[in-house]
Amino acid sequence: MAISKDEVKYIANLARLGLTEPEVEHFREQLGDILGYVDKLKKVDVSGMSPMAHVLDIKNIYRPDNISPSIAPEKILKYAPQHEGSFFKVPKVIE
Amino acid sequence: MTNIKYEPVIGLEVHVQLKTKTKAFCGCANEFGSKENTNICPVCLGLPGSLPVLNAQVLVGAARVALALDCTIRHFIKFDRKNYFYPDLPKNFQISQFDMPLSENGHLDIKVDGISPKRIRIKRVHLEEDAGKLMHPEGSISSLVDFNRAGTPLLEIVTEPDIYSPEEAYAYLSDLKLMLQYLDISDCDMEKGSLRCDANISIRPAGETKLGTKAELKNMNSFKAVKAALEYEIKRQAQSLDAGERIVQETRLWDEKKEVTLPMRSKEEAHDYRYFPEPDLPPFTFTDADIEGMRNSLPELPQQRLRRFVENFGLGEKDAAVLIADKELADFFEACVEIYNEPKKISNWISGPVLFNMNSRNSSFGALRLTPGHLTDLICLVEDGTVSNLVGKDILAQMLAAGSAPKDIVREKNLAQVSGADELNEIIEEVIAANKKSVDDYACGKENALMFLVGQVMKRSGGKANPKVARSLLAERLKRT
Amino acid sequence: MKLNFLTAHELLEPPGQGSISSGDIVSDLKGRIESVEPKVKAYARQPFFEKALNQKLEAGWLKGLPVSIKDNICSDGDLTECASRILCGFVAPYDATVVKKLREQGALIFGKTNMDEFAFGSSCENSAFHPTHNPWDLDRVPGGSSGGSAAAVAADEAIMALGSDTGGSIRQPAALCGVVGMKPTYGRVSRYGLIAFASSLDQIGPMTKDVRDNALLLKAIAGHDEKDATSVKTPVPDYLASLEKGVKGMRVGIPKEYFIEGMDPEVREAVNAAKAKLSSLGVKFIEVSLPHTEYAVAVYYIIATAEASSNLARFDGVQYGFRAAVKTDGAEPGLISMYKQTRGQGFGQEAKRRIILGTYVLSSGYYDAYYSRALMVRALIKQDFDKVFNECDLILTPTSPSAAFKIGEKTDDPLSMYLSDIYTISVNLAGLPALSLPCGFTKASLPIGMQILGRPFAEEDIYRLAFAYEQSTHWHKEKPKL
Repeated sequence: MAISKDEVKYIANLARLGLTEPEVEHFREQLGDILGYVDKLKKVDVSGMSPMAHVLDIKNIYRPDNISPSIAPEKILKYAPQHEGSFFKVPKVIE
Repeated sequence: MTNIKYEPVIGLEVHVQLKTKTKAFCGCANEFGSKENTNICPVCLGLPGSLPVLNAQVLVGAARVALALDCTIRHFIKFDRKNYFYPDLPKNFQISQFDMPLSENGHLDIKVDGISPKRIRIKRVHLEEDAGKLMHPEGSISSLVDFNRAGTPLLEIVTEPDIYSPEEAYAYLSDLKLMLQYLDISDCDMEKGSLRCDANISIRPAGETKLGTKAELKNMNSFKAVKAALEYEIKRQAQSLDAGERIVQETRLWDEKKEVTLPMRSKEEAHDYRYFPEPDLPPFTFTDADIEGMRNSLPELPQQRLRRFVENFGLGEKDAAVLIADKELADFFEACVEIYNEPKKISNWISGPVLFNMNSRNSSFGALRLTPGHLTDLICLVEDGTVSNLVGKDILAQMLAAGSAPKDIVREKNLAQVSGADELNEIIEEVIAANKKSVDDYACGKENALMFLVGQVMKRSGGKANPKVARSLLAERLKRT
Repeated sequence: MKLNFLTAHELLEPPGQGSISSGDIVSDLKGRIESVEPKVKAYARQPFFEKALNQKLEAGWLKGLPVSIKDNICSDGDLTECASRILCGFVAPYDATVVKKLREQGALIFGKTNMDEFAFGSSCENSAFHPTHNPWDLDRVPGGSSGGSAAAVAADEAIMALGSDTGGSIRQPAALCGVVGMKPTYGRVSRYGLIAFASSLDQIGPMTKDVRDNALLLKAIAGHDEKDATSVKTPVPDYLASLEKGVKGMRVGIPKEYFIEGMDPEVREAVNAAKAKLSSLGVKFIEVSLPHTEYAVAVYYIIATAEASSNLARFDGVQYGFRAAVKTDGAEPGLISMYKQTRGQGFGQEAKRRIILGTYVLSSGYYDAYYSRALMVRALIKQDFDKVFNECDLILTPTSPSAAFKIGEKTDDPLSMYLSDIYTISVNLAGLPALSLPCGFTKASLPIGMQILGRPFAEEDIYRLAFAYEQSTHWHKEKPKL
């Protein structure tokens, strides 16, 4: 199944993945091959099947509404790429 | 401000934070106002390896809201991931519900301007997690992120496009908030962000049935702002259409200071959220019995309470509406009736003097610290003639200022009504002496003059004279002249 | 004999009186690592020699035994980088539940093993640190993605290790390195603290020198965890107690779809010989059919990459790990550039490939054709197993179609690399337990593994069969010449 460079670029943008031009071409080819392979699923008779919700028959797993201790912010801020006081810092968000 | 040429069509999307003790998927405290990044843990930070586990109170709380809105609850519930990148979203996906929301197809019956009934259909009510908070310091090239709010349980309530004016939108929001307060499910405080509202609005020529192109309005921080933004947007879209332009489908932000809506500055992308079932959370189920049990445990809702006040207490619809519009006030009213079975008199006192004091002090009812016992004592003092109505109102003001009991105030300030003939006759003689003209007028048959003279007696007694007794004593005395 | 060559059960119950100190074990491991690690490169970074010796141990039945763990399992205060540049410098601020359990029972966390970046791969070549080499032939791969754990155990650089298995990542390297590896039933072992690849498929499991050690380590890590909603409350049996119950009368299925072309004749021969051996021990073999087997790889690569694309979205340079020095070209806002450059530079080729594939199959217009359909076929694959397990107790298959391949041999051909997971993938899709254990060697002296599959939560039965076979063979006693 052939897919276009623009499709690869659209997907890469959705995934916020910066790709070089050669990478775009490379992944375009490989993605085409893999999608060609997985196309075999179209042959399977899935009538009467519904998408599997969970591999085991478990449901209704809750936790009680009880407070457990939070972690000390320093423990994580210490390794943050950038922070200011106790805030994480990122390039300006434009709304 | 309705434009006759065009008809607006509005749909509202309300987000309500549930006031559970802990967040939706971890044990961090769900509280507003903590120091930044202190209510955090591996789960709500989305740290590698962490996993969500649903808070047991969340699904039940959400289901109660859905049932109060007469929605159909699903028996099989799953969560989905909504994938998009944003720095306030720790995992860069939000746990939400996509194709199988908790509930659908409900409605809320509202009263526009407190009078005209209207049914707003609810499209869906679903659960999701809130994001963190972004700060944009003025002039900085950076934004700052606080994840305290991340993972707070959030209910999304979406209406059908059934709202046709900003006034209806306002009424819907007020009535929805009231219902949520009755359910005791959320603080519903727009300033703190525990209730937020986005609006979709389009306009179309009056009589047209096809919907126009809509704009999505965000960033309104109060119900009034929602109303103002919708009013502005109707005008803006009408001007565009009049000028022969086409409406662009876009998101616009309400600018509170400039009182305009402006398109978002960031580039809007096609929404491709790549929803898929959240694999870390096995599904949830409700049986018919579960749903019936939750329905039966719903508290009385505002409209039900209104009907009961009208039917059981004989209140007028309008008076009842005033009481139920504030849950605390309505609770207080009922506590008073328990003590003193005169619902109408109590209702009059509450909607009159009590609300007057509340409004003039610009305080909430709770802040008045009025107890049912004190108010009913006061009403009894007026009813048995110990004090006049007028003095009663005065005493109320003093009660609220000092928090003291009405009987104490009457005793301390010697405010008991004077009904004794001896004391009153003394005053009557003074009044007659000072108002010769009115006495003559009465003698000539002017009945009104008697009312004036009674008024003078009241004034001279400092309001303490019992007006009924004073009137009859005065009439008798005048006959003798 | 140096202590690092012993198994865990030998170290726990040394012949004669007295016990062995964990310091002695660590020091022998250190000696071994200093001599062979430069050739094998099984670890992600230097193990905790000093820290391990100074660590205050909890009293417990594991008596200070060192356990090596894969670099995608969080341990409090330690670098946990998933062999990826994007997690460079990430120090986990908490213990994974398996780590917590091990510590509570007296084990010592010894070091972090190398892996394919984010567990994406079958060769351990996709590591941002270095490729790991197969101790049996240093020119060959150890398998993956838990190749570091497998190689460390095989080379006696670890007493035992934990790996993770999403589509064969414990069993295939175990087979290629000649060790025992178990992928437990989905939900048997808590995933809390395992950096997720594909949440609905991932399981942590033990990789050990023999079956007894494997049962011992699983016993230590299995059980319900309230922090993992997908972990189950089924009680954990004493896997060690039932090892020796024997296999007489056990019914073992041989799925005809697994013995197909493309299988290395030496692998076929070894598995057939193992069948004969087991028959002699009283096992009854029956041919069974798993008709949807040929779709497993396709289903797997849709579901696994879709989940991975979402799980890996959090690696964005905001809170932790690598952030690119952003060059804003003006075309995009700084934040978007930061995301794209961080992720573009932080992820390796295979990670990017899988993120793109996973994003694609979930994107608007393709969900039904790919993801939704894959979930339906997944249900069919599970049904196949449900039916077969009415006829037999266990299933026997090869673990991998061939023995270890050469480093670099398949790096340019992702599809053929994906196809080498053919025997292991269905197990994850169906949530079943499966174990790989040595069943012979090729003429070139490369280990061959066979796989035993069981019903959900039938790890006990698997261990019984594996132990009976192991007791009647000597494969697990062979050591690579290093």
